[in-house]
Amino acid sequence: MNWEIVVGIETHAQLSTRAKIFSGAATAFGAAPNAQACEVDIALPGVLPVLNKGAVERAIRFGLAVGARVAPRSVFARKNYFYPDLPKGYQISQYELPVVVGGSIMISTPDGNKSIRLVRAHLEEDAGKSLHEDFHGSSGIDLNRAGTPLLEIVTEPDLRGAGEAVAYAKTLHSLVRYLEICDGNMQEGSFRCDANVSVRRLGSDKLGTRCEIKNLNSFRFLEKAIEFEARRQIETIEDGGTIKQETRLYDAERDETRAMRSKEDAQDYRYFPDPDLLPLEISEAWIAAVRAAMPELPAQKKERFISQYALPEYDAALLTSNRETAAYFEECTAAAGGAAKLCANWVNGELSAALNREDREIGQSKVSSKQLGELIRRIVDGSVSSKTAKDVFDELWAGASSADAVIDAKGLKQISDSTALERIVADIVAANPDQVAQYRAGKDKVLGFFVGQAMKASGGKANPAQLNEIVKRKLNS
Amino acid sequence: MQLSIEEVKRIARLARLAVTDAEADAMRAQLASIFGLIEKMQAVDTSSIEPMAHAQEVAQRLRADQVTESDRHELLQRGAPAVEAGLYLVPKVIE
Repeated sequence: MNWEIVVGIETHAQLSTRAKIFSGAATAFGAAPNAQACEVDIALPGVLPVLNKGAVERAIRFGLAVGARVAPRSVFARKNYFYPDLPKGYQISQYELPVVVGGSIMISTPDGNKSIRLVRAHLEEDAGKSLHEDFHGSSGIDLNRAGTPLLEIVTEPDLRGAGEAVAYAKTLHSLVRYLEICDGNMQEGSFRCDANVSVRRLGSDKLGTRCEIKNLNSFRFLEKAIEFEARRQIETIEDGGTIKQETRLYDAERDETRAMRSKEDAQDYRYFPDPDLLPLEISEAWIAAVRAAMPELPAQKKERFISQYALPEYDAALLTSNRETAAYFEECTAAAGGAAKLCANWVNGELSAALNREDREIGQSKVSSKQLGELIRRIVDGSVSSKTAKDVFDELWAGASSADAVIDAKGLKQISDSTALERIVADIVAANPDQVAQYRAGKDKVLGFFVGQAMKASGGKANPAQLNEIVKRKLNS
Repeated sequence: MQLSIEEVKRIARLARLAVTDAEADAMRAQLASIFGLIEKMQAVDTSSIEPMAHAQEVAQRLRADQVTESDRHELLQRGAPAVEAGLYLVPKVIE
């Protein structure tokens, strides 16, 4: 029996404002407990929320980027539940009238591009954090995160399987960073996904009962959690069982999902409009101003890379998959003085492999864009061969200051001096009369023998193209 | 409209109110009279009127994205029953 895995994703993107969404407390990560929790955040009686313009502006930017409708009027609502890290007893969110409606995000799949429809994106505040370590049987509450602005971005159930879900999450992650509305730091919880997973028999157009897996804070966990959950649901149904709609948690250590201790009333949030907040009105003029200041989006950047740098689409897509890589490539090309395709090959090849080996982001690269560009400049001007350049790259990665310093210190400079190369080749031709005879008798393969010998004699530093040419000329003369 | 005793108790539980059976019974009668009032209001045809989100016909004022608050956790925590290492202590919660 073939099954189709249907996934919808809700993402909480923490907006990159300096202050909180309803108060003037700071949002910086890593502060001492409660150092950034003011009266509004800890919900002292009598305080009133005042909406942060920066949070709204970021929501507008997102709405415009995904082709959504930015609502001229939206409303904040109270989502009521009790938990110690939510001191008000309700979370301020948006319910019936969110700020961003509709829109879509294009993802790339093995079968080509696919448009994923968005239901909505709404503004809300984050809760604080509960620490359950040893406080003499108590839990410790840190409210620094309480009131941090979030944009919750919700898709239609348009994703099929873990692969598409991860492709969507990565595309969205790249987009919010391009837009500079979210730093995308998943370890710090700035970008977290909930996956709604259901399964149905292939060909059916009726959605199965879904389970929601909460708080997946890495692409790998997202993938693994969906794979596990889909398998669990399929096995349950094939064994004659039924799926119960519930919220589940993914346990990365055991690679499984399990039901959260069921809170029987958990789903009854009793939303109602927050009387402390007036409707949010967004004028056409404001939207136009935000549109005018929009940064270049991934799709636009890709097109520009193709036309400006004459790159194949494949290279351009890889380079623009995130903003940092695109910036690195442009700086590298500037430092290399052109040679864009060669720079693209190095960034997508050698550099990317080195980063993967050490599980680093490009922002943590041990070779700067300028260092790599200067190395590529030396390949272009013939100072080093591509092969030697890889050794130089390794030296740079290990901490060397510049390509030129490595080339000088190790004497790697390619011999492009034709007189010196001619002398080396002449010596080898003279020392190997048998091979010369073979070559002249028509055995072309012997050419490689001479090139190899000459390269060895040059200490590997001969310019290969030039050497080839000199060997041919000498043998044919 | 009359709520059942179970519904009254469920609403009380959602609001974290401890109610005795006698109180639930009394509340049930009080709520019924409130529902009576709501029923009267709902009899008015409002199909052509856009719902209000707030009693005042004004829009939300916005605050500039600036940090205006400093660290005053020691002062703010003076009213807290239990504090340790800068954290508010609460009865243990386990999810």
